[in-house]
Amino acid sequence: MSENNKQQSNDLDRRELLKGLATVPVFGLFLSQLWRKIRRDTLKKSNILSGLVQEKSAPAIIKGLSDSKHLNIGIIGYGGRGGHLVRGAGFATTGWTNTVAKNARENKLDKQFKTFMDQEDLNCSLVGVCDLFDVRAEQGLDASQNEVRPGGKPKKTATRYRHYKDLLANDDIDAVIIATPDHWHSRITIDAARAGKHVYCEKGLTRTFEETIKVYDVVKETGITFQLGHQNRQVEANEKAKQIVQQGLLGTINLVELTTNRNSPWGAWVWGIHPEGNAQTIDWDTFQEPAPNKIPFGEEALKRFFRWRCWFDYGTGLSGDLLSHDFDAINQIMDLGIPKYSSSTGGIYFYKDGRDVPDVWNATFEYPDKDLTVLYSASLSSNEARGNRIMGHDATMQMGGQSGGGSVHGFIVTADSESTQYKERLEQGIINSKYPIYTYSPGSKQIDGVTSATSKYFANKGLLYTYREGKRVDPTHLHIKDWLDSIRSGGQPKCNIEMALHEGVTCHMATESYLTGRRIEWDPVNRKLI
Amino acid sequence: MDSKWVFSGLAETIASNPTLLTISDFVNMWGLTLVGVSLVLGLFSRYSALVGMGFVMLYYLFAPPFLGLEYSRPGEGSYLIVNKNLIEACALWVMYTFPTGHIIGLDRLFTKSN
Repeated sequence: MSENNKQQSNDLDRRELLKGLATVPVFGLFLSQLWRKIRRDTLKKSNILSGLVQEKSAPAIIKGLSDSKHLNIGIIGYGGRGGHLVRGAGFATTGWTNTVAKNARENKLDKQFKTFMDQEDLNCSLVGVCDLFDVRAEQGLDASQNEVRPGGKPKKTATRYRHYKDLLANDDIDAVIIATPDHWHSRITIDAARAGKHVYCEKGLTRTFEETIKVYDVVKETGITFQLGHQNRQVEANEKAKQIVQQGLLGTINLVELTTNRNSPWGAWVWGIHPEGNAQTIDWDTFQEPAPNKIPFGEEALKRFFRWRCWFDYGTGLSGDLLSHDFDAINQIMDLGIPKYSSSTGGIYFYKDGRDVPDVWNATFEYPDKDLTVLYSASLSSNEARGNRIMGHDATMQMGGQSGGGSVHGFIVTADSESTQYKERLEQGIINSKYPIYTYSPGSKQIDGVTSATSKYFANKGLLYTYREGKRVDPTHLHIKDWLDSIRSGGQPKCNIEMALHEGVTCHMATESYLTGRRIEWDPVNRKLI
Repeated sequence: MDSKWVFSGLAETIASNPTLLTISDFVNMWGLTLVGVSLVLGLFSRYSALVGMGFVMLYYLFAPPFLGLEYSRPGEGSYLIVNKNLIEACALWVMYTFPTGHIIGLDRLFTKSN
C-alpha cells in the first residue's frame, strides 16, 4: 500500500469517526441545558417555598390505645348518619358489607370494603341500640352481630331499647353515640352525662341557643369525654391549612368566605320515606315530644319524620347541617371562637314543599377584635361549587370546603399581585400571582404539587377519605377513634365541648338573626344573645 | 381512572395495584428517557424507534380519541388521526425506515466497521 493510499484511508477513518460522533455534542448541549433548567427550577422552588413549609410529613396515626380497656357502646338514633358512625366504630350491617364487597368485586377501584376492613379494631362492642323506627333498630342489631368486620367476631351483641332512658339505665354501657335529629341532642346528652356516659354527639350541637349553654354546663360539670361530630377535625388538609395560616403565609386576613352549593332533592333533605314507616313501626309521639309544634300522626308526620331537617321544629336547616361543618373547619384552621355579631337573610326560593327552613341563605359573622369578617353563603339549587376562601393581604387560600362540593380538594395558595410579603419575589418573577405557589392534594406523596400525575389524579377524587401515612382512612372512623382513645386516656378529643360551644353559639346567632330579622350580638360575660 | 376501550380493564388492574403502578411509572419514566437518549445519539436508533413507537401507540390505545368516548380530563379535542401520539408514532416509523443514525450518529461506527 502506497503512502498516498494510507493517508487517504486515515482521512476516511477520521471522517467516519467524526460523522459517528457528530451527535454527541448535540446530546451534550441538550444535557447542559437540561441541567440548567433543573437547577433553575430547584432554586425557584426553594425560593418560593423557603420559609413557607416547615413540616412536610402527614400526621401519624397514634397507635396502641385501642388495645387497652374494652368499651361498651350504645347508639341512639340508627339512621343514615348513625349507621355511618357505627361503621366508624367497626360495625356494619350485613346488607352493607354484602353490597360493598360485591361492588369491590365488580370494580377494582372501589375501595369502600377494603377501607372498612382495614380500619383499626377499636376494642369496643355495640351493646345497645335505640331507634324510634323498628326497621332501623333491627338494622342496628344486625350491625352489632355481623362478623364481617375489622377484628372479626364481635365480643358482645346489642339489645334493643325502645326509649333512650332505658339504654342509659344499662350500667354496662360506657359511652353513647347520639345521632338523632337535632331537637333531641341536648336532652339525651344531658341525661347521658348525668348517667356518667361519655358522649359522641352529631352536629349541629343543639336546636336552640339555650340548649347549647345547658349542654356545655352539664358536660363541664360531669367531666365526661364529649366529642362533637365534626369529622373534618381529622382531615389532614385542614391541619396543613392551619400550619400555613399560622406561619403567616397569607398575611393579614380580613375576609373569609364559606360556601355551600347543592342541587339535588337529596342534598335539600328531601329524603326517601321508608315504605315500612307507619303508625305501628314509628313511635311518633316520642319523636315529636321536644318539638315546639306538634301534629298528629299521618302523611305530614311521615314526611317530617324522614325529612326532619326541613323544619325548625326538629333542627335548624342549613345552619346546623352545613354552616356548622364549614364554621368548625375554619375554627379549626384559624382558632376563631365565637363572633361578636351575626346577621343573616335568606328565603325558601326553590323547594316550596311545605318546609320552613330557607334553601338560600347568607350569613355574616363579625370579629372586630380580630379585624375579620366571615361570610357564609349557601344555595340548595345550584351546584356551582365555590369552595371556601381565606383572603389575605399576601395570598389567598382556596379550599374545597366541607359541605357541598368544592372546586378543589385539598387547597391551593395563590399570591396576591399587590402582596407586601412577596413583593420582591413577584418583581423578580419567582412568584406569579396567576399560578398557585402552594398546592396540597390529599393523598399525594408530597405536598409541593410536584407529584406524579397518576397518583395525584386519583387523590383528587372525593373528600370522603383522608390520608394517614399514605393510607386511605375514613375521617369518621378517626373521629370515633379519637373519642374512644380520649375516654381511655382521659385526654380531650379534637372537637371537645369548647369547640362545640363555639359551633353551637355561632350557628344559633345566625339562625336567630334569620328568624328575628335583626343583628344578633353575643354577650360572652352573661352568655346571652342580645 | 380514565382509560376507555380495549385496554380499560388492564389499566384498572394496574391502577388498583400499587406495585404494578410503581412498576408502570418506572418503566414509563426510564423507558422514555432511554429511547430519547438513544435517538439523540443515534445509537441503536432503529430499536429505540420501535420501542418508542410501542410506547406512544399504547398511550393512544389506552385512551383512544374515538367518537362516543368521553374523558373527564380536558383532552386535546377528539383528534382521531391528527393526534399527538399517532403523529409521534408515524415520525418514529420514518426514523425506523430511514435510520439516520447510520449516516450521522454512533450507529455509523458500528455499521461501517463491517
